[in-house]
Amino acid sequence: MSFFANLRRLDRRWIFLAIGLLVVVPLLAGFHIAPVLPGSRAKGFYDAIEKLPPGSTVVLAGDYDPGTIAENYPMHLAAARQLMARNIKIIAVELYPGGPPLADRVFRIAGAEYHKQERIDYVNLGYKSGNEAVMSQMGSSIPVTFPADRSGVPVTRIPVMKGIENFGQIALLVSISAGYPGTKEWVQQVVSRYHVPMIAGVTAVSAPEYYPYLQAGQLQGLLGGMAGGAEYEVLVKHEGLATRGMDAQSLAHVFIAFMILLGNLAALPQRSAKGGK
Amino acid sequence: MKREVPLFISMVAGLFVLVGFFVPHPWVRTGYDKIQQWVIIVVAFTYVLGMANLMRLNLEQIQRRARDWPYKIALVLACVATMAVGFHDGSKYLDDGTAFTWVYNNFYSAMSSTMFSLLAFFIASAAFRAFRVRSVEALLLAIAAFILMLGRVPIGNLIHPALPAAADWLMEVPQNAAKRGILMGAALGVMATGFRIILGIERTYGSEGGGG
Amino acid sequence: MHLSGDIGVWIAALLTLGIFSFLYKDNPAYKLCEHLFVGVSAGYYVVLNYFSVVRPNLLDPLFHGGAHTDFLLVIPLGLGVLLFSRFFPKGDWLSRWSIALILGVYPALRITGFGQGDFVEQIHGTMLPLWVPGHWGTTIGNWILIVGLLTTLIFFFFSKEHKGALGGTARVGVYFLMVSFGASYGYTVMARISLLIGRVMFLLHDWLGVLHL
Repeated sequence: MSFFANLRRLDRRWIFLAIGLLVVVPLLAGFHIAPVLPGSRAKGFYDAIEKLPPGSTVVLAGDYDPGTIAENYPMHLAAARQLMARNIKIIAVELYPGGPPLADRVFRIAGAEYHKQERIDYVNLGYKSGNEAVMSQMGSSIPVTFPADRSGVPVTRIPVMKGIENFGQIALLVSISAGYPGTKEWVQQVVSRYHVPMIAGVTAVSAPEYYPYLQAGQLQGLLGGMAGGAEYEVLVKHEGLATRGMDAQSLAHVFIAFMILLGNLAALPQRSAKGGK
Repeated sequence: MKREVPLFISMVAGLFVLVGFFVPHPWVRTGYDKIQQWVIIVVAFTYVLGMANLMRLNLEQIQRRARDWPYKIALVLACVATMAVGFHDGSKYLDDGTAFTWVYNNFYSAMSSTMFSLLAFFIASAAFRAFRVRSVEALLLAIAAFILMLGRVPIGNLIHPALPAAADWLMEVPQNAAKRGILMGAALGVMATGFRIILGIERTYGSEGGGG
Repeated sequence: MHLSGDIGVWIAALLTLGIFSFLYKDNPAYKLCEHLFVGVSAGYYVVLNYFSVVRPNLLDPLFHGGAHTDFLLVIPLGLGVLLFSRFFPKGDWLSRWSIALILGVYPALRITGFGQGDFVEQIHGTMLPLWVPGHWGTTIGNWILIVGLLTTLIFFFFSKEHKGALGGTARVGVYFLMVSFGASYGYTVMARISLLIGRVMFLLHDWLGVLHL
């Protein structure tokens, strides 16, 4: 049997093994293929937070769950770090059921690093079902939509919530999102209506659909996937999980590009035989 | 009653929410706010309904010894145990160190992230077995995919310094144009369907026989 | 190598490997993990929705509100309970009342959301200068963006057969769409690989202790 015929019959488990090794080996070896260079979209995300006056209040929406933790968690943590470093008050919400413990983890780490206290410098209002209805209702009244924080403490007793009624008191909306509900719905329900500035960190699979929002000025910055998270980590000068994963990411991408070429090469003799008949 | 009441409810709710977007008068805004606050609560109940339905189906399958019925026992026990742990922990159920958080970290989070990570293997396999360039359109798709895959990672700069800039331009100009066209077309579709549902023309959910 | 001493990490690692075993072939370990995942998820969602929504937004203001009791909350309470009428064949039509509320609110929210965010603002964003003095790159980019948008929209116009000038314009739209799909494919590859990297990091760092972050 010819080489190409054998190639066409390759057991896919060999490909699985190759991809697994291409991820494991760079992580273990710890080599650096190339530096991460921040792009304009990551800089827009970073600059939007840098421009905020200290003491302002932002809404940090962590709309993702463990399914996309590798992409969204590094961005979420880096954003919390930058906000806390600038003494910006944070009101956190999560519209994905799996989100609240991840937000808690972010604030435990960043809060300890920057000596920030829960309910005084930040609050996790937790999860609310209802998707767009929650966003729309926050525009009317955040305390009515979230009467208590994630632990059940009434918002009337939370210092960081003092004076916060709706988006009129919010300086920036930071959306870390995995899909629906997420960045798109925040743009539609909040940015378009209340003209709150907004930046977003999203999964790579959803990033392409937000470029029209970026170009139209509805978003001031956009982080796409782990690469976007790595660029942002470089900007906040706190390289973490995303930056560490970029070498494995690079090699895996080259491998997949090679697989596309190889697959088409393997199919060539088959196509020319059919064409000859 | 079976058809008219649901149609009336959806029409009234929809009109209040629609009109409330434009009219700030308290008579309208009160209805607008109340209806959305109620829907947040009703949606929460749907999660409980989903769990109840899941239990009902799996208990039926266990009872009649359907295929893979031993695994259904594990499913039911896992669900009941998770709920028991959560309600036992009370309102601090998600605090660091609670049993519920332990279940979240070591069961829910671990399995959820692993399920999604399986896709990496399948996309690599599909790239070899299914991605065939057989036309001009497919060639354009492949070229764009190559530029993106290599330009958006650090190795792209090593392969050629123009690759990252090419990837950025591709995303900001031609890709942006097409995505915007899709966005606007979808927006028109959503608005048309939304009006049909509110006005009761799209009634697949309300009637037994299907849409009118 | 510093193997983790935390039993939770060991459980998470074994569940991870159990799910990965599917890559070799479907097997009892994978089936067990799959069913455990569904069961734990369902239980988690119920507990979360009770403490995050039902108690603070319904039960507390209705039964513990004191002077500020909101009696109108019996309506969503009633609608929520009516959802369970689906379990009774003779009464399942009552659950349509609850679903009707959801199906009234969300289309209305989407009409305004899509109309404002995805239509009006996008048209606004497309109003670009066709000549930017001294910036050829921006000028050409603006033209490509406008032409690309118009040809893509023409492709989606199906009320007339795509022949002649219309067909040719739609073909250009197809080319823009192919570039967009290729870009989406590239980003999808990135997303999937990232998720695998995250999981491998857990196994190597948290479980086996061979990776230093």
